[in-house]
Amino acid sequence: MSDAWRKKLTESIDFDDQEFYGKLGFKSGLEIHQQLDTKKKLFCHCPVGYRNDEPDAIILRHMRPTLSEMGTYDGTALMEFKTRKQVIYQLYRENVCTYEMDDTPPFPINQKALDYAIEIALMLNCQLVDEVHITRKQYLDGSIPTGFQRTAIVGVNGWIPYRGRKIRIQQLALEEDACREVQDRGHEIVFRTDRLSTPLVEIVTKPDMLTPYETAEVDGLLGRLMRASGRVRRGIGTARQDVNVSITGSDRIEIKGVPRTGDIRPLTHYEALRQKSLLELRERLNNRGITPETFKADYHDITPHFTDAEVFSRSGIPESAERIMVVNLADWQGLLKHQTQPGITFAAEIAGRVRVIACLDRMPNILVLDSQPEGMLHGELGLPIELEEHIRAEIGADEDDTLVVVWGPAEDAETGAKEIIIRAKEAIEKIPQETRQHMPDKCRTDFERILPGPDRMYPDTDSPPVALAPDRVSEIRNSMALRPWERMERYLELGLPRCLAGDLSIHRHACLFERLVAGSGISPLLLAEALVSWQKAITRARLEVALPPVAVDEDVLESFFTDAAAKKTPRRGLLYAFEKLLNGEDVEPLGPLSEGQLKTLCLKVIEEYEDYNFKQDRFKLDFLLGEVLERSEGRAEPAKVRKILKELT
Amino acid sequence: MNDDALKGYKGKARKVLSEMGARVWAEVVIDTDKGKYEGIILPRAEQADDEHIVLKLETGYNIGLAVEGIKTVKEKAYKKAHYKIPEQEFPFDPRKPDVTLLGTGGTIASRLDYRTGAVIPAFTPGELYGAVPELADICNLKTEKLFGVFSENMGPEEYITTAKAIGREIEAGAAGIVIGHGTDTMHHTAAALTFMVQDSPVPIVMVGSQRSSDRPSSDAAFNLRCACNTAAHGNVAEVLVCMFGPTSDSYNLLHRGTRVRKMHSSYRSTFRTLSDIPVATCTPDSVNPIRPDYKSRRSDNKVKVDAVFDDRVAIVYYYPAMKPDIIESLINNGYKGIVIAGTGLGHVNKPLYKPLRRACKAGISVMMTVQTLWGYVQMYVYDTGRDLMELGIVPCLNMLPEVAYIKLGWVLAHTTDTEEVARMMLTPVNGEITEREPHDGYLVFQGGLPEIEDFLKRRLR
Ligand SMILES: [Zn+2]
Repeated sequence: MSDAWRKKLTESIDFDDQEFYGKLGFKSGLEIHQQLDTKKKLFCHCPVGYRNDEPDAIILRHMRPTLSEMGTYDGTALMEFKTRKQVIYQLYRENVCTYEMDDTPPFPINQKALDYAIEIALMLNCQLVDEVHITRKQYLDGSIPTGFQRTAIVGVNGWIPYRGRKIRIQQLALEEDACREVQDRGHEIVFRTDRLSTPLVEIVTKPDMLTPYETAEVDGLLGRLMRASGRVRRGIGTARQDVNVSITGSDRIEIKGVPRTGDIRPLTHYEALRQKSLLELRERLNNRGITPETFKADYHDITPHFTDAEVFSRSGIPESAERIMVVNLADWQGLLKHQTQPGITFAAEIAGRVRVIACLDRMPNILVLDSQPEGMLHGELGLPIELEEHIRAEIGADEDDTLVVVWGPAEDAETGAKEIIIRAKEAIEKIPQETRQHMPDKCRTDFERILPGPDRMYPDTDSPPVALAPDRVSEIRNSMALRPWERMERYLELGLPRCLAGDLSIHRHACLFERLVAGSGISPLLLAEALVSWQKAITRARLEVALPPVAVDEDVLESFFTDAAAKKTPRRGLLYAFEKLLNGEDVEPLGPLSEGQLKTLCLKVIEEYEDYNFKQDRFKLDFLLGEVLERSEGRAEPAKVRKILKELT
Repeated sequence: MNDDALKGYKGKARKVLSEMGARVWAEVVIDTDKGKYEGIILPRAEQADDEHIVLKLETGYNIGLAVEGIKTVKEKAYKKAHYKIPEQEFPFDPRKPDVTLLGTGGTIASRLDYRTGAVIPAFTPGELYGAVPELADICNLKTEKLFGVFSENMGPEEYITTAKAIGREIEAGAAGIVIGHGTDTMHHTAAALTFMVQDSPVPIVMVGSQRSSDRPSSDAAFNLRCACNTAAHGNVAEVLVCMFGPTSDSYNLLHRGTRVRKMHSSYRSTFRTLSDIPVATCTPDSVNPIRPDYKSRRSDNKVKVDAVFDDRVAIVYYYPAMKPDIIESLINNGYKGIVIAGTGLGHVNKPLYKPLRRACKAGISVMMTVQTLWGYVQMYVYDTGRDLMELGIVPCLNMLPEVAYIKLGWVLAHTTDTEEVARMMLTPVNGEITEREPHDGYLVFQGGLPEIEDFLKRRLR
């Protein structure tokens, strides 16, 4: 069902409609997180690994906000403190040590990871810093046991070419990865620590993409660039991107953890529309005379009114609710039904905030009482008319006022009520800067947390700064991989067809290809075919019979092809040997068979099949030809063999 | 010095910055040979080199730029950071007990020090309330900063000042005392206070943190809440160390001040009671004794303060090839007491006999403890032990080496008569020697064993 929904919402949209998005003032930027391919983690010596088995131990922690270096508390930090979560970490003895548990200070930064980050920063045309300062970026959601991520800027002010202009790269940081969330329920959140502290680079672009299509394209381009470096991990979960969107009149909103490039287009499109709708809502509020100065809202405890089972079942509020609060939004009649995203309304913005801040995550978590005839947001749920009227009278609400009911444990219900007022007030002032989680199948996003500001940064007093020696940088610059667009050009010059050149330009063996072409004299086309197309086909064939791909070391490949070039191995012979190599056999490529060897082989085959009866001579010749070619292991030219066979029979 | 416009910068960096007219906390655009950078110039840590300046970017990140490449520095604005924990008056509730928090340093509450790049302690009731408002639910808090030193700088003078301050506060009616202390030598101070403040009617609770309070994951707030609760409402009127039980934020242990030791350089649950079990577990709202033999709270304000210390005492950690000159030098330098941490049941090698005999003859009190930390000194088992006792060395049973050191310093300030010293040393004030070691007094589990791994899977660590 959701696929159909998604299709309906996306099929007729031109995501590259410059005029439409230009009018909106659509601007979008990317924050790409890509794990680096090191054996060990960034600040300890644990092997990087992915675990899905039962944890070996668990620990419990809480997070408290701390002061920033500039002496202020960060807004996100305070918000997350309000949520008072118990954080459980799952530990694995092989992949996690006391560093990740925050029970041992950091070891010196992984120099290999730093080299890789420098290399990628150079590929992105960044200005490198001269001294890397490790900084703590606070995360109070529990995703890191220390409560902060150790992160360091390596380069700033970079750019990549796109559509004849420059997409600016704000910065590249080297940082440790966070935990994976396993479960988040009420006041308890569970994290798995296997991924924690894996080195990654975070690349932040300026909001230079002007349509959803461009955002997705640049995301793909950056992904290819990093793969071209040969320094990054590949596979599920090794790269994640956050996408930010703003339109004229709105501030930056960040959509967190978009897993697939393809989802970027609909998500950014509908996020832009959400912002537009919130701006329209603000206008509707202003038209009613509701401004930050005149905004009126209060909340009341209405628990005592909930006595009989009938009321509970009509309202959908569970009888176990310890406290039931009602918020009165004066003159808001109908506005909670203002549509913001496909199929949902402003009430969802409020529900999202209540879900996160008050930890009331059993949905629905609010009940809107609005005297408009269309009825309730949650279908048939509501209060008996007499009770609603009684409550309205008691709290002094008239029919133009919208009531929002929230329930749960006493403290949480009160936090929820306060948060409803906060969010409603924000609707009058601005679009709150926040981080949103995505539901790509529904082309929707939902509140995750307030967007953190620079106040959550704090110097890491446990780690000394690392000066980058000019020698080190120039050495990396000299051996740096070509960028995909540079490679592509070079490969086209070498005569490769465009699509093969494209694949090869981001292939992990691209460097090997360049070395071999320069050093061995092998045909570029043949080599490219082998490294890209043959390799892919052979691996796929193995997977079809449930065999894992064989990892062949790059130096083995290098000597294999050097050998083949020296021996002038024919194309078919190369394929024959390469297939064996990628099936884990120990082979070497062989040169073409000499005239004499061919004759001997032909004679042998003829002799073997002398007694065979063929209906026509033509069939016999074809059969013998096939047999000889097969036995020659690709080292014979078919035309030549045919000629010899003709002579001999 | 505090108003230094180029705080922390020296040498080349200082020269370049002053030539450019730059100053710390200035918002600047710096043009370098690589390009332009914008940000705020931060003070530099003193031990850092003089080749770089530190810039805080708009995003909050810090970066270092080589002064060599700087072409110009243009100041756009100036914004000095006021690093201050929001201070709010600690509320007073007449129904709540009064607790006095004595500060000696440590990282219960702390702030960043740009001079060293390290964390320095900050401390007033207002600041504490700003940082840990939950304290107001527990007690009325009064704080007094005795000194602001790191744990390793605590010594006899500080022990005496602290003991006297405790005595004064108890006599003034405090319902409990909390002492904020760095963790490294907390067990030395805990022992000293046990001897110097005796028969207290109220709990005296030492507390610190293993993760400084500038981190969201800090154990400081939890420790402080547990300690204040123990001081305000607990029934154990002894000198206690209140620190994490497991590494999880779950509960704290209350260790007797004479049986406790820091056992890990960085773990949260670093403090352990050795050769015995702790006195109690506690949380921010409960204290649960796990043994019956503790001294109970009394309603009077009487306390015996005996704050003296002779610092001519040393610990000698014996190793197999130790040469006599180590002991000789202590004798020649006028030491009055030596605590040996011997091997096994309490041994040293033959070459040390001669200087040790000389030490004993010279009236120096020599105590034997074990470097195994757990278990008793038993010098009768081998001839070597008997030889040592004949020399006059006093076996201190299961007294921990550090505790023996502190106690010997305290005893020597009362008497230098070796027999009297020995008698006082072997008469426990509060558990520094116990008559028996229960079977669960020694528990160092080994990981990797199936039954242990199984246990760890099921419990919060
Ligand atoms: Zn580790």
